Amino acid sequence: MRSVIEVPPPTRDGVDEALARPMPSRFRRPGDRAFLVLVTGLALTVVALAVAMGWVLWAEGRTPIETFGFLGFLTGTAWNPVTGQFGTGPFLLGTLITSVAALALSFFPAVALAIYTAEYAPRWLAAFIDGTVDLLAAIPSVVLGIWGIFVLAPWLRDTFYLPVYLTFARPPEWAAPVVDQLPAGVLAVLGTPQNYNMVTFTLVLALMVVPFTTALARDALRSVPIEQREAMWALGATRWEVIRRTVVPYARGGIVAGAILAFGRAIGETMAAAMLIGNSNKLPFTLFGPAATMPSVIVNEFREAVENLHYSSLVAVGFYLFLLSLVINLGAAWLQRRLTVGSRGS
Amino acid sequence: MLTLRARRRRDAMVHALLILAVIIVMTPLLAVISYVLVNGLGSLSLDFFTQDLGSPARAQQGRPTGLMHTIIGTLVIDGLALAFVLPFGIGAGVLLAEFPDHPLNPSLRVLTDTLNGMPAILKGLLAYALIVQPMGSFSALSGSVALAFVMLPILARATESALAAVPWSLREATLALGVPRWRVILSTSMPAARVPIVTGVLIAFARAAGEAAPLMLTSFGNNYLTFDLLAPMDTLPQRLYSLAVSPYREWHAMGWGAAVLLLGLVIIVFVGARVATRRRFP
Repeated sequence: MRSVIEVPPPTRDGVDEALARPMPSRFRRPGDRAFLVLVTGLALTVVALAVAMGWVLWAEGRTPIETFGFLGFLTGTAWNPVTGQFGTGPFLLGTLITSVAALALSFFPAVALAIYTAEYAPRWLAAFIDGTVDLLAAIPSVVLGIWGIFVLAPWLRDTFYLPVYLTFARPPEWAAPVVDQLPAGVLAVLGTPQNYNMVTFTLVLALMVVPFTTALARDALRSVPIEQREAMWALGATRWEVIRRTVVPYARGGIVAGAILAFGRAIGETMAAAMLIGNSNKLPFTLFGPAATMPSVIVNEFREAVENLHYSSLVAVGFYLFLLSLVINLGAAWLQRRLTVGSRGS
Repeated sequence: MLTLRARRRRDAMVHALLILAVIIVMTPLLAVISYVLVNGLGSLSLDFFTQDLGSPARAQQGRPTGLMHTIIGTLVIDGLALAFVLPFGIGAGVLLAEFPDHPLNPSLRVLTDTLNGMPAILKGLLAYALIVQPMGSFSALSGSVALAFVMLPILARATESALAAVPWSLREATLALGVPRWRVILSTSMPAARVPIVTGVLIAFARAAGEAAPLMLTSFGNNYLTFDLLAPMDTLPQRLYSLAVSPYREWHAMGWGAAVLLLGLVIIVFVGARVATRRRFP
């Protein structure tokens, strides 16, 4: 529609002359340009840090990778500094098993926590729970580690590892018919119970990654427009139906991205692993026996790695950890953008 | 189609399950905090803050021993790391928030988040290769650099979100007065975002102060007090690890003491940050 009010064209009296005059010094651009160059230079250190990390890890760790082959070193199952045999296999396996298990254990409680505080809880309770869970993300892993060493691990051994192991090793009467049916391999999977083992670490790890899943899921749930819920309420849906049918599907992207980020954090967890997993380089790992992860072997053996090949093998483990972490983090970022409703295709 | 009664029952069931999940997560969390507080506060004493650690025999024979050198070392290393990283982290944050159309920004943002998600031990390996190896010894300086690597992405993103919360109308008002853009940033945006920026700095500091892994490879640890930046120096998280995995009962108790200090630092910074940002942006 055309406007009915006649707007006179702007006059340009004096404008051209004003533009032709040199600007007062404080309007000139060099200050702005210098500032932008400065800020860009400072920001480029982030890029430099990322590039340096990849490059240095490769440069320092290339010897074993070239000796044993890129895949050969990744999948090699022997790690023996005495004989000069190195392979990431055991640690890759330890990292993947514990991280996947921790994610599987923590995913539903973490999302449930987010749903509860976003949809069900009274405001004061939601604020308390959210605050405490966010605090959990900030608790240093060594603090959780010392709790695991002196409180959780001994408790688990007495109440869980030993009873379970004995049930299978010397089945009591009530369990005998069931246990006798099982293949003999069960005991080999369980392994002789020790305080510090894969299960202890996995449980602590699961606790540690909860806040990452919860925080992103919560943000995603909060971003669901209220109209979305109201439409469903108006149809007579129950609270759970509203969440199940409209809120969760809408927040799917954030929830999945949070889980992937939690996985990325899990594979990098170092100190809790070094303190709680028992540190064994020898396959096969058992559930109740010692194991190792990629970060834990680096921090454990680094101070004793006097031989060049041993040192560069540890760095090479770090290089693979870098690649793994890179893929997971970029994947999460991509997925979050892709699956977030509203920013699709942008 | 379910009956209304069945649907209501399902709703109640889910509600119960959600509460169960909350209890499952909150119980160990509150257990950790209370165990650390009870055991840790019990092992704090005057000696803990005024003596250095020395050999294990010192603790076993009951002679005075403590973590003074660890606390000082933590402050030195973390303070130095913060000094290293401040201009870079804040600069990156300014670029991200104040120049939204800068072509570098999308990739910079992804890179910052990726770096933040990278295991801290890799930052330790990098600092080891860049500093410890060429200089030939573990040193406090290399520990500071490793922690600066840890802080950089956190600080950049915190500064960005602090500045992004400042309304554009504020900047436009200053621009309309004829102030060049760089002065707008320094005199309007940054002061307006002062509280959240300081909060972000504190959070980056607290996060780095809890990191043990990079320090195991760089500042290494030391049983005695030192101010030599080129020598190994003690820090709380790394000392906590050494104490906890040591075979001495007396050292275990001191480990709980270190844990309560770390937890206290984190809680103070965290609660302070919450209070500061809540008052400002309700």
